[in-house]
Amino acid sequence: MNYKVNFEVEKDDFEKAGEASRKIKKTLKQLGVDNKTIRHIAIAGYEGEMNLAIHSDGGEIILEVSSEKINLTIQDVGPGIPDLDLAMTEGYSTASDKVREMGFGAGMGLPNMEKNADFFEIHSKVGKGTKIQMSFNLK
Amino acid sequence: MENRKFFHSVYLDTDKCLGCTTCLRNCPTGAIRVRGGKAKIIQSKCIDCGECIRICPHHAKKARTDSLKCIKDYPYRVAIPAPTLIGQFGLKYSIDRILSALKSLGFDEVVEVAYGAEIVGRAIPAEYGRDNLLLPVISSACPAVSKLIQVRFPELTGNISTLKSPMGVTARLARKRIEKEKGLAQKDIGIFFITPCAAKATEVKDPDNWDDAYDVINGAISIKDIYGALRSVLRTVDEKNIQKASSMGFGWALSGGESRFVQNRQLIHVDGISNVIRILDEIENGNLEDIEFFEGLACIGGCVGGCLTVENSFVARMVIEERAKQVKSHGKDVMLEDVVIKKWLDEERLHRRHPLQPRVFKPLDDDFQKSLDKMQQIEILESRLPGLDCGSCGAPGCRALAEDIVTGHAREIDCVFVLKDRVLELSKLTSEMLQMGHPMESDGTDKEKE
Repeated sequence: MNYKVNFEVEKDDFEKAGEASRKIKKTLKQLGVDNKTIRHIAIAGYEGEMNLAIHSDGGEIILEVSSEKINLTIQDVGPGIPDLDLAMTEGYSTASDKVREMGFGAGMGLPNMEKNADFFEIHSKVGKGTKIQMSFNLK
Repeated sequence: MENRKFFHSVYLDTDKCLGCTTCLRNCPTGAIRVRGGKAKIIQSKCIDCGECIRICPHHAKKARTDSLKCIKDYPYRVAIPAPTLIGQFGLKYSIDRILSALKSLGFDEVVEVAYGAEIVGRAIPAEYGRDNLLLPVISSACPAVSKLIQVRFPELTGNISTLKSPMGVTARLARKRIEKEKGLAQKDIGIFFITPCAAKATEVKDPDNWDDAYDVINGAISIKDIYGALRSVLRTVDEKNIQKASSMGFGWALSGGESRFVQNRQLIHVDGISNVIRILDEIENGNLEDIEFFEGLACIGGCVGGCLTVENSFVARMVIEERAKQVKSHGKDVMLEDVVIKKWLDEERLHRRHPLQPRVFKPLDDDFQKSLDKMQQIEILESRLPGLDCGSCGAPGCRALAEDIVTGHAREIDCVFVLKDRVLELSKLTSEMLQMGHPMESDGTDKEKE
């Protein structure tokens, strides 16, 4: 990997939420990544960023770019997901009413990320945290 | 910096520019740099939104438009005023009086763009039946927003409506009719758009434009430039019956005016370029999937807020809303028949010639690997800068300066804080060196020579 950058996302910080995905988009455009790939990463990155703000106790997004692929890692420090299969089901959500009122928490986050990435892997341990690794192939 | 030439109506009056950085910090696409004490525009990034024209305290940012004299080059002269025009003179004078005043400035005919606005508005529902439909359909009316999408949201260019702008439709229909009715050659008809903004002037003057405005419209005259002349004849002009447009048509001058044509669909209408950017960001993130129509206008209030208008945009809004009420109450609000719209749609008269393409950007480097290296350098450089985004260096923020340094357009010491630190280091070094003294004997003879 040749280019790497981290973005921290705090729990419940909806004021800043969206900033990391915005910066990621801009960076990829400047690098000369094609628009379609950028769109996929924008959607997956935004979902990830929102997940961190809504569900996690805080975490980070790591963007890594090489000439072959782009890796997007989203990891947090807790609370972890008890039933991963259920969490990956479209429409399933544990988001609070407050969050739903803001237009989030429709239960499409994780499935949407998987749909947009060429590679998707999720690991989670209750009490430890969740780590999502995604890759997007460049051509 | 770029390979292609872009036409822009926005330009800098170098003599008036003090290099104060006001425009720099307010440009929505980061297209301005202060170099050598002057605010230069990066052509590939400028979208002609006119924010800098509005904000410059020294009136150094201007728009290239045509003067009224230009119409003399054509035997038959047609003015096509933006709907905004009828919001510029309070409510004292009727719409017909304002249009008659415009005609008296040397035109043979006046055709309201509000008339074309109704046609385009009524054609919008047909957009939902086209192939490769992408939602939301984004209005193509504001050229600054279309350019913004080309520059900053390239993936959304396919969402932009395939319909022409009201200006384009008005001009094309008028030209065809006049050629037929008067038996005039194309070159003998001069059609001039009376423009509220710089972006529309660009649309008229850019031969590369995706609309065919360049072919059918011969010039753009700013409302501001003819305001005085209009004022002086309004009271005395011989009032003729010119108005054809409905209230729905001239309501297009206001934010939300176009959206009124879109029935029973979820839609968002937004005005002000920074608000438009926020919504486009959300659309790009896939966050507004249920929205079917998006009307984004670069100026606050819509076209009434254009940088080449005179009347306060909120007053103009009130005037246009009042006029709509008056027209309705007088029973004069006649809309076009559905068959007419359908006929023009079937004849492909309302669509753009070309699909809108994203503007191709030069990446940091043509070699992807080198691009990555440069991006890493930008991160390192940015971390060394103070993060105040003060603009003193001539770039709109620390990140932009870091990018400019890596691409060879600026130096690290352009940052006043870095410069201060360097000067401090240097002065420390100088004083240390001075205190060292010279390696000489106390009697003043040089040791080494002996």
